[in-house]
Amino acid sequence: MSAETLARPAARRRGGDLAVWLGPLGIAAAVIIALITLAALFAPLIATHDPDIGSVVQRYQGPSAEHLLGTDQSGRDLFSRLLYGARTSLFGAAVVVLLAGGGGAVLALVAAWFGRNVDAFLGRVLDLLFAFPNLLLAILAVAVFGTGLAQVTIALAISYVPYTARVLRSVALRERRLAYVQAAELQGLSGLVVSLRHILPNIVPQILTGAAINFGYAMIDLAALSFLGLGVQPPTADWGLMVSQGKDSLLQGYPQQSMLAGTCIVVAVAAFSVIGERLGGRKAGGRA
Amino acid sequence: MSTTAENVIEISGLCKQFTTGRGRKRRTVRALDDVSLTVADGSCLAVVGESGSGKSTLARVLVGLERADAGEVVLAGRPVAQRPRRAERRARARDVQMVFQDPSGSLNRRRTVEAAIGEVLAAHHRVTGSDARRRIDDLLDQVGLRPAHARALPGELSGGQQQRVAIARALAAEPRVLVLDEAVAALDVSVQAQVLNLLAEIRRARRLTYLFITHDLSVVRQVSDEVVVMRRGQVVERGSTDQVLDHPRHPYTVLLRDSAPRPGWRPRLSINSDISSDTAEAEA
Ligand SMILES: Nc1ncnc2c1ncn2[C@@H]1O[C@H](COP(=O)(O)OP(=O)(O)OP(=O)(O)O)[C@@H](O)[C@H]1O
Ligand SMILES: [Mg+2]
Repeated sequence: MSAETLARPAARRRGGDLAVWLGPLGIAAAVIIALITLAALFAPLIATHDPDIGSVVQRYQGPSAEHLLGTDQSGRDLFSRLLYGARTSLFGAAVVVLLAGGGGAVLALVAAWFGRNVDAFLGRVLDLLFAFPNLLLAILAVAVFGTGLAQVTIALAISYVPYTARVLRSVALRERRLAYVQAAELQGLSGLVVSLRHILPNIVPQILTGAAINFGYAMIDLAALSFLGLGVQPPTADWGLMVSQGKDSLLQGYPQQSMLAGTCIVVAVAAFSVIGERLGGRKAGGRA
Repeated sequence: MSTTAENVIEISGLCKQFTTGRGRKRRTVRALDDVSLTVADGSCLAVVGESGSGKSTLARVLVGLERADAGEVVLAGRPVAQRPRRAERRARARDVQMVFQDPSGSLNRRRTVEAAIGEVLAAHHRVTGSDARRRIDDLLDQVGLRPAHARALPGELSGGQQQRVAIARALAAEPRVLVLDEAVAALDVSVQAQVLNLLAEIRRARRLTYLFITHDLSVVRQVSDEVVVMRRGQVVERGSTDQVLDHPRHPYTVLLRDSAPRPGWRPRLSINSDISSDTAEAEA
């Protein structure tokens, strides 16, 4: 019972464990995510040209010292557009994941705290939302509120809530039954305090796992909506929109734009799902 | 037995059923079947009985974690509300606290000992800062822990230490009654003895009332003045500890006593088959 027995070997080991736990594929995925995030953050510093301004005389150029990845149908620098495109793609997906995770966590905590009828009612509402495919809900929102990144982002976030809420509800319920929550209840703490101070921190790992997994899906869905012309509007640079705008050039024998933007989407989505899987795998293996 | 005025716990006609499953698998269990009992202020009542006899359900209804189907609980002179409001729950916390069986589950794994106890002090006594630190050290000292343990997370403590923290947290609210549901069952025998002694000391020092739930008869004599024996949700026997343990009147108590392992104990098949035939008959 001395102070020495209170040492925290777990904390010291954490750094080394991380690499082992991620594995080569996981490390590659983490590096890719880090690079994309840096590219998005520092796009104005890295970009060689203004992403939205081109000159028609310079259209469809191949890679050169001036234009590292060539130019598009309007003579805009593709490298710069990809960098700026990372911004909208990541930002949109981040907002979706944030809102969906937050909404799901709130519903899960409410269901777990009140239980019984409230839990059953929320379950019904979620089942109803489950019935709508994500993209359909987003398209419906566009029909009502008009096109734009904000509209589709919020609509997608709502359509993701049932997924996050379902998983988080079961973890929150498990915590709710543990003695520490009942001890807090017996101390006379309010439901809000018990939920936020005690239960929430203990379901954060699952919130993060869900966020990592959903991030990839959100990127694909947003890219698809932009591709359909419902999300990000031209001339803003966005990967999904770039794939769509490259369509015509594709037919004329200039596939770079669609291919580069498509590759960015695939690589980013793959990286996020690998990380999500690692997080999920650890939880699944850690306890059951 | 004492007069009403001195009873800090009065339970009368408590019933509680649980229904599980649906359709043909639907089953109803009578966890509490017309339970009445009183506990005198400052005494320790042990509740014994085999697994599933309703001991935990009794404790949970008593502290207000579970609602009874019928019956009444009067704690410290006031009836326990079935749907307590927030203010009621806060006030109740100063009457009764509970220590749970599972030491690791009864502490939030992400909060330090200090945070766990400090939260109670802040909520009930508006004590914060250096005053709280002093109170926390005091409480830790009372349960046999050192100030260094205040910074520890539950995962860094042994089961016995965790249970001591849970006891300290319960004491922080300064309740009159402490309900201990198998509070030492998860600890090994030597640690069990330490914690039991500690609990006895605390009770004497603070004039607390204990409701001590256990399925382990060997523990009972160490802690309690009186014993009630529960079986299938009913109280089958009540009396002073010595009387019940040395001269049990109900055959079930005899069975419980004789099937408790003790030094030199040898399993007797006849008793084991007695119990199983008994249980089978109950379920038929
Ligand atoms: N939440 C619940 N839902 C359904 N049945 C329950 C519930 N809680 C208790 N029971 C049932 O009620 C009966 C009494 O359970 P209780 O936990 O009170 O017994 P116990 O005496 O504490 O047993 P143990 O010594 O194993 O802790 C058991 O048959 C149990 O299965
Ligand atoms: Mg029990």
